[in-house]
Amino acid sequence: MRYWEKPFGKEKPKTIRGEIHIIPDRCKGCSFCIEYCPRDVLELSKEFNKKGYHPPVVAKPDRCTFCGLCEMICPDFAIFVTEKEE
Amino acid sequence: MANNTAQIIQEKSHPMEDLLRMDRMPHIWCSGCGLGSAVTTFVEGLKKAGVSYDKTAIVSGIGCTGRVAGYLRLDSYHTTHGRAIPFATGLKLANRDLTVFVFSGDGDLFAIGGNHLIHAARRNVDINVICVNNFIYGMTGGQNAPTTPLGAYSSTAPYGNYEMPFNLVGLAAASGASYVARWTTAHARRLTNSIATAANKKGFCFIEIVSPCATVFARKNMGGTGLDLLKEFQTRAIIDHDADPTQIPLSMDNEIVCGEFVNEDRPTFWENVQGGIKNRLEKFSNWEEMQSNSRKITHKKDRKYTSSIDV
Amino acid sequence: MFQKSRLHGEFFMQGDIACAEGALAAGCRFFGGYPITPASEIAERMAMRLPLLRGVFIQYEDEIASMAGILGASWAGMKSMTATSGPGISLMNENIGLGMMMEAPCVVVNVQRGSPSTGLPTTWGQSDMMQARWGSHGDYGSISLVPNSPQEFFDLTITAFNFSEKYRLPVFLMADALVGHMTEKVVIPKVEELEIINRKYTNKTPKDYLAYDYDESLIPDFAKAGDGYRYHTTGLTHDRRGYPDMTVECQEELVPRLVNKIKNNINDISLTEEYDIEGADVIVISYGITSRTILPAITMAKKKGIKVGYLRLKTVWPFPDEKIRKLSEKVAGFVVPEMNLGQISLEVERCAHNNSLVKLVPHPGGGIHKFEDVLHAIEEVVHGK
Repeated sequence: MRYWEKPFGKEKPKTIRGEIHIIPDRCKGCSFCIEYCPRDVLELSKEFNKKGYHPPVVAKPDRCTFCGLCEMICPDFAIFVTEKEE
Repeated sequence: MANNTAQIIQEKSHPMEDLLRMDRMPHIWCSGCGLGSAVTTFVEGLKKAGVSYDKTAIVSGIGCTGRVAGYLRLDSYHTTHGRAIPFATGLKLANRDLTVFVFSGDGDLFAIGGNHLIHAARRNVDINVICVNNFIYGMTGGQNAPTTPLGAYSSTAPYGNYEMPFNLVGLAAASGASYVARWTTAHARRLTNSIATAANKKGFCFIEIVSPCATVFARKNMGGTGLDLLKEFQTRAIIDHDADPTQIPLSMDNEIVCGEFVNEDRPTFWENVQGGIKNRLEKFSNWEEMQSNSRKITHKKDRKYTSSIDV
Repeated sequence: MFQKSRLHGEFFMQGDIACAEGALAAGCRFFGGYPITPASEIAERMAMRLPLLRGVFIQYEDEIASMAGILGASWAGMKSMTATSGPGISLMNENIGLGMMMEAPCVVVNVQRGSPSTGLPTTWGQSDMMQARWGSHGDYGSISLVPNSPQEFFDLTITAFNFSEKYRLPVFLMADALVGHMTEKVVIPKVEELEIINRKYTNKTPKDYLAYDYDESLIPDFAKAGDGYRYHTTGLTHDRRGYPDMTVECQEELVPRLVNKIKNNINDISLTEEYDIEGADVIVISYGITSRTILPAITMAKKKGIKVGYLRLKTVWPFPDEKIRKLSEKVAGFVVPEMNLGQISLEVERCAHNNSLVKLVPHPGGGIHKFEDVLHAIEEVVHGK
């Protein structure tokens, strides 16, 4: 079927997804990233890092939208986000 | 609970590492301290501002916040307690191409360094002052600060603090700063934008960052971790750019009014002095000659004994 | 763009003004100061001259800010100076310590007045001499130069800048209010004829540069802000990278170096003026304006047949230990007239080691010595008392 113009919802919307990288041995277990992630992607792990803290771990990877708030609020430079290539 | 997207990265490094002294990590700040967040937002702000990193210098004083200079990979100076601002003034005036940041704490800038702050603001020297306010003297173990709220406990106020605290943004604005803002460490993006604005703005720029101190302030006052204190700051924070900075003090339970309160363009110290002297001297018809021939300038007390040969 | 000072000729000039002109001739283009009698004239002259030479003048809110400011300017690459008197040095001491630890070249002029505390603001004294060496807390090397005339105030200001640039530390110029406010003939040569030393900038790349790496001269190479070196410097005990290092080993390496870089170069730094030292029985050691006011005493002593030698210290710190020690073995004694109640005389006593007598002729300041007192002292030393 020929359209005169493309309907608005025809193309699948492009969503941005983020890929979270955690450096567990730098983490000091403050939980800022877990608390301030707007999509509840992270949670506290049950394992210990070298210093005896519980670093975060990605619980819901598909919900990350690459907002970068965890990277900006982490005081120890222990977490950062890169854009996931589709 | 391992997860396949939380990769322990060896090949990718943290994007801020080019501006951090990674050979000095891990830093000395406590778990739950807001200073690390202040540094990350500073690094992001600097990247956003687009200033040349080689031409940026950072000066700090003594205290927990004073250690920031040691962790940033810029020309950094860790000076004496309270004297970061005159040091930064000397640095900026001697090389006006530099972008100079002063990163220090509330006690360093407003107690021992209070005099220097109000004079630098009065002169509108082109430096950017970032004051991290944790309401206490953290490094030395939790003593009273000039910003400790009424009724709060500290180690030199074991029965509670009954001195009226300073309102930092009010003081900076009243002294004549060109840009005055207050944020908490939870306002990460707005702080980044604020720092980027301040870096590119000429004149005395002052940013107060309300930050949680987990080990002393939180422990002595409301208990809990740094996260609990930060959550409380965030709950109590409202944003109102039109607020009068002199009317928004901080106490233990009122709202923390954040925003960019003053954002004006005023001539800087150097522009005033240069322009003023030039205007005054241009009245002399031989101003150009005076500039190049300064031997003609004599103080009224020295009379030439014999005049010299040609210049 | 740096502009050379073009003032030269013979002038009838006040000491403070000569000091300012000396600084400008040496290349100083940053002055941060605070008014204090008797050093305000230096600030006034700098305020008038610096804007025309494309320099920076700032009157800070207090002396503490002045000292911090000139350290900042020094790190930006400008030669910088401040001028004050006794009360100001007391305030500046913490940042003088910072300058010593950071190894920032600058010059601090102390036009001494009657002390202690507010003292005699409009008259002179020499009672800050020990403070110039030990004022700030901790161990560090220190250089102090003492002029005795406006001409010498001009010359020694240039020498002070040269030493500060060569050895990378704040250098004290200890004048007194008499020399500062006296007006005499000053000959100012052309800038090209003067010997000016500038700090040694590093020729390493930013990757290889360590802020406090040193060779056998014990003096690190300099790098200024804005050149891309991205160094860190601190008042805490630091290692060769400039990073704080709170260990005993670091302290053991750093602090002796700060002391030794001056001690090892004492032959270069120590300047004296000597007359009739050979074969003398008594040597009169003096510095500053005292060296001129006691000259009648020496003349009278010589008329009486006493073999008097005259040793004037132009560099008081580092103190010429070896020279005094060697002389103490040959003479009956030293006479030390000074305008304080015994400061440099203690150093002379220390070096004389009981080999010879040391007689102090004190004066609390505000006036000059009666030369009869000095004459009595000389006679007493000769007769062994």
